[in-house]
Amino acid sequence: MLARSHNLGAALLLAPLLLLLAVAYGIPFLGVMRWSFTLPEPGLAQYLTVFTDPLVQSVFVRTARICALVTVTAVAAAYAIAYVWVRGTPGQRLIAEYCILVPFWISVLTRAFGWVALLSNRGLINSWLQSLGILGEPLALVRNEFGVVVGMTHFLIPFAVFPIASAMRAVDERVLLAARGLGASRTRTFWSVFVPLTMSGIIGAALIVFVFALGFFVTPAILGGGRSVMVAELVYLRIFQSPDWGLGAAISVTLVLIVGLLTAALFRFLRFSQMAG
Amino acid sequence: MPHSRRASEIKVAGIGKSYGAFCALKDVSLDIGRGEFLTLLGPSGSGKSTFLMVLAGFERPSQGKLFRDGVDITDQPPERRSAGMVFQGYALFPHMSVAANIAFPLRVRRKPEDEIKRRVGEMVERVGLLGHEHKLPAKLSGGQQQRVALARALVFEPGVLLLDEPFSALDKSLRGQMQAEMKRLHEETGTTFVFVTHDQSEALALSSRVSIFNHGEVLQVGTPQEVYERPSSRFVAEFLGEINMLPLRDVRPANGGARGLVEDREVALGFASGDVRGEAVLAVRPEHMSIAREPHAQENSIAVSAVSSTYLGSAVRLELVTRGGSSASVCVPMESARHALEGSDTVWLTWPAGKGFLLPASG
Repeated sequence: MLARSHNLGAALLLAPLLLLLAVAYGIPFLGVMRWSFTLPEPGLAQYLTVFTDPLVQSVFVRTARICALVTVTAVAAAYAIAYVWVRGTPGQRLIAEYCILVPFWISVLTRAFGWVALLSNRGLINSWLQSLGILGEPLALVRNEFGVVVGMTHFLIPFAVFPIASAMRAVDERVLLAARGLGASRTRTFWSVFVPLTMSGIIGAALIVFVFALGFFVTPAILGGGRSVMVAELVYLRIFQSPDWGLGAAISVTLVLIVGLLTAALFRFLRFSQMAG
Repeated sequence: MPHSRRASEIKVAGIGKSYGAFCALKDVSLDIGRGEFLTLLGPSGSGKSTFLMVLAGFERPSQGKLFRDGVDITDQPPERRSAGMVFQGYALFPHMSVAANIAFPLRVRRKPEDEIKRRVGEMVERVGLLGHEHKLPAKLSGGQQQRVALARALVFEPGVLLLDEPFSALDKSLRGQMQAEMKRLHEETGTTFVFVTHDQSEALALSSRVSIFNHGEVLQVGTPQEVYERPSSRFVAEFLGEINMLPLRDVRPANGGARGLVEDREVALGFASGDVRGEAVLAVRPEHMSIAREPHAQENSIAVSAVSSTYLGSAVRLELVTRGGSSASVCVPMESARHALEGSDTVWLTWPAGKGFLLPASG
């Protein structure tokens, strides 16, 4: 009886969120799905294009490549930040905390333009390197995949820090001391004990970053300069520039499916690591 | 296969450790002999664990020096000290199997794989873990985890094994079993063992010597019998077990021991050291005392009356009070208690002269 009224209360509290999700995401998505099967005429033709058209394919491959690269760099950087945050001196912890929190306060657009200002041909980095005589010609740091990877990595690092930090907090200090006492150097202890013990955090962070990165739009659109188009930008181009709503919709649905599968994998993994831990 | 030639000898010279204004260790000096089983005993916060961490190299002392086999190791990092260590809660590597845990110290020493296999196999057998080699620590019982921790710490034949309250997580029956096993491992390996505990019975049962800590200082070092029967201070006397303390007047030396007055009864002590005159406290362990209807001819006797008795199964515990109002307790067999107490309020509390010792009158 008590449990039932408790469940009812929880359902009531969740209701606004579920309603919002249904109205703002569920129903529109069903509409997009319908377009993918009906525009310009009913059938699976648009999905056939998604899986065979070389242009669409190349965008998917590029997206996968960029996301993989971003995942590796963002998780590596997040690991270092989380390490300082969890195991540093109080001063270092404070600095790490600001590094993690401040990016959340700045809009993604501002940050993308910030990178343009730094990386463009007349940007800070190129003009310094040129004025110091290290470079003759400016380096192409932006309007290419490099710029996209830099901008996306920067954006996604904080999201990777949290799962890694929570795995690091769960490591028993005595286990690390035991490794040292048994003859392992600091480096050996780190690679043989600390990293394996935080692997659940690394995998969780990698999945989160990869899934977030798949749907990125603003950062690649600005830092890729139209040359390193990713899937989300391709959808935008199909729908708003070459009115090809059916194909845009089919690409969206495919992307949502991939993200959904990866998210399911993430939850399974989280449940598994909870049980194992 | 004893390898006592590997056992280390440790000299501790004036080690101090402070954390800001808090002084965790004060001028600790101690010689730990080759192959000895030394227990560091004390209440929590007495500095015994800090001292062990200094020995292991996890804490740097603020003052003093450490020598192993004559070599100054004060500034050596823990991984170069080759001390095996068993932590409270065991600190096994949760992501490694039993065999991989035990192999770890050999792997970091880059031993050949066939030697690792052989030595891990021997160690697994020695601590009775055959058939569990491929399990993860989480799948083992507390006692089994304890064995893995011991095997891992001993497999590389360290000169010294440091143990930080290894049995605190085990239940009482398992604890007794593991104590026996550890004693056996000590005899078999011949390694120097330094063992931290707050359990005095554990300390007395296992060690070749006991070192008693309080407030960051070593109060006394000696064999279990020495510290139990001849404690140098009231703290040591009380910490090691129950003790009866009676005020003693008019103390004076006599035939290598001393004599004095407990409430007008002359008593003798077979042993006394230092300046023994004036006032002091006479201390006797309850198990060294008995009761009788008449004063004993050869032993010390004082008149007491029984306040209460508690049935303990194998014995009965009597709370007694002297005529002068000091209290004492004894554990005696049921029969002798019944016999002594039958029909009379006053009985005689007796003990041999060799079992009493002097403590300072105050503190």
